[in-house]
Amino acid sequence: MEIYLPIADLPVNVFLLLGMGLAVGFVSGMFGIGGGFLMTPLLIFVGISPAVAVATVSTHIAASSFSGAVAYWRRRAIDIALALMLLAGGIVGTTAGVLLFTALRRLGQLDIVIGLSYLLLLGSVGAMMVAEGLRAILRARQGKPVELRRPGSHTWIHGLPLKIRFKQSKIYVSAIPVCAIGFIMGFIGAIMGIGGGFLLVPMLIYFLRVPTNVVIGTSMVLTLITMASATILHAATNHLVDAVLALVLMVGGVTGAQFGARAGQKMRSERLRLLLGILVLGVGLRFAFDLIVAPDDLYTIRTIGEAP
Amino acid sequence: MKRTVRARIPVACAMASLLLGLSALPAGAERLVSSLSSHIVKITSNFTGVELTLFGTVENDQAAAPRSGYDIVATVTGPRESAVARRKERIFGIWINAQSRTFVDAPSFLEVLATRPFENIADAATLRREQIGIANISLPQQIGPDIADVIPNDQFRQAFVRIKHERNLYGEITNGVTFLTPTLYRASIFVPAEALVGNYDVDVKLFADGAVIARTSSAFEIVTVGVERFIANAAVDHGLAYGVATAMMAVMTGWFASIVFRRD
Repeated sequence: MEIYLPIADLPVNVFLLLGMGLAVGFVSGMFGIGGGFLMTPLLIFVGISPAVAVATVSTHIAASSFSGAVAYWRRRAIDIALALMLLAGGIVGTTAGVLLFTALRRLGQLDIVIGLSYLLLLGSVGAMMVAEGLRAILRARQGKPVELRRPGSHTWIHGLPLKIRFKQSKIYVSAIPVCAIGFIMGFIGAIMGIGGGFLLVPMLIYFLRVPTNVVIGTSMVLTLITMASATILHAATNHLVDAVLALVLMVGGVTGAQFGARAGQKMRSERLRLLLGILVLGVGLRFAFDLIVAPDDLYTIRTIGEAP
Repeated sequence: MKRTVRARIPVACAMASLLLGLSALPAGAERLVSSLSSHIVKITSNFTGVELTLFGTVENDQAAAPRSGYDIVATVTGPRESAVARRKERIFGIWINAQSRTFVDAPSFLEVLATRPFENIADAATLRREQIGIANISLPQQIGPDIADVIPNDQFRQAFVRIKHERNLYGEITNGVTFLTPTLYRASIFVPAEALVGNYDVDVKLFADGAVIARTSSAFEIVTVGVERFIANAAVDHGLAYGVATAMMAVMTGWFASIVFRRD
């Protein structure tokens, strides 16, 4: 059954979209991530323009991170103060990201920048995750205990001024790196259409030493607000958010996430991390392929406005 | 600049038709009558394109001997819009959009239907003057501060027409018009799902002995109805409110999911 997407301006099979939502939702539930880094490329590969894909996926992620955040809120596993501090940077980052997005779109270089960003970010993060996952599995095979970073060890980040105590996370850390992380996540989220959970969680753990019991809930609150504001900003400036597309994706996504979460609980965490790393790396390489291999058609056309 | 071009085309067309009409009329007194099976096309959520039928007759008022070889060329022109065509080039190993051209007020949809291949209907000069066939239809480009059409084998023009053709938006069907009787003709116009909403002009020209002897025009309109129209309009006219509503929808969906799938 074909449905007509009013903003993407093309008819798409509704079951294909629901299936994509389910599949990405399954993966996101399994790994505890938003899944934007999979959903945006999938939409691009089925023919939706990268600009509409990025803008619409931010709506989809807002929905999935809200349902996640509610669950963590019930368990009191969210550090509100830390989330608010991250948000201060996040909102600024999102606004800057949407402004750059608009400017690149006008210059006709948006698609290339989206492709390159995916390649660089997912390629490097994916390669690190795969290497880390393989090391962990090898260590487990050799019977050695899994190496844990000592939470007490301090880095240069802890020497920065403007220190604030976050009670729930039991950390005492400068506001500067917290805002900076928020800014980075908001910025790349607006440009690439990713919530960035797969980046934010490790950053919070390694740089700020946020304990694992509150890290996912807190990151979901940041993702929720930055993605909701990205939706509003993309809609207000570029008119690119397709509500029909977003709704179909979210229905598939939140359903798939439930099954994914159950499947994820049965797997060992180092194997799960390795799988996620392979997935991230794979998507990055797919973008490399598109950028490096000669395109079928060197020409593209884009409408710049209807004559009245 | 845009305005002058837009204004000039209809004026030029009107003058050309007046001149040609006057010069052609004494030779024969044919009148062309045409109509469409539908004058309004409604796009709904399951719209996958529509086929319209163009039909009409050649009326010959005079008792003079009817000509034998009539030819019909129908040109369907969709709403005009400007578009940028870009060409990718390999820079540092990756393919990047390099050169670009702007097509000013190009038809978003263009379908030329005829009874025979154009070169059999009239000579090249007539075809060019009458803008018969996509190669002869003006597609002005912005070149620096000027707006001008380029030669038909310009690379950007060819690429533009080719991409439009691949999307079923531009096309030529040289056996698309059939005469059911010596004076009764019909043609099918297929409008694909990708077609823009707006007014579509159908310009029909009657050729005999290599010249235009009569013309007529008709029109239809594509409109979106229902939810799609509301959403598309809201997104453009009330971007901020639309964004807030969409974000609220996301939150509600997330909330709903967390209730439905609550596991504790």
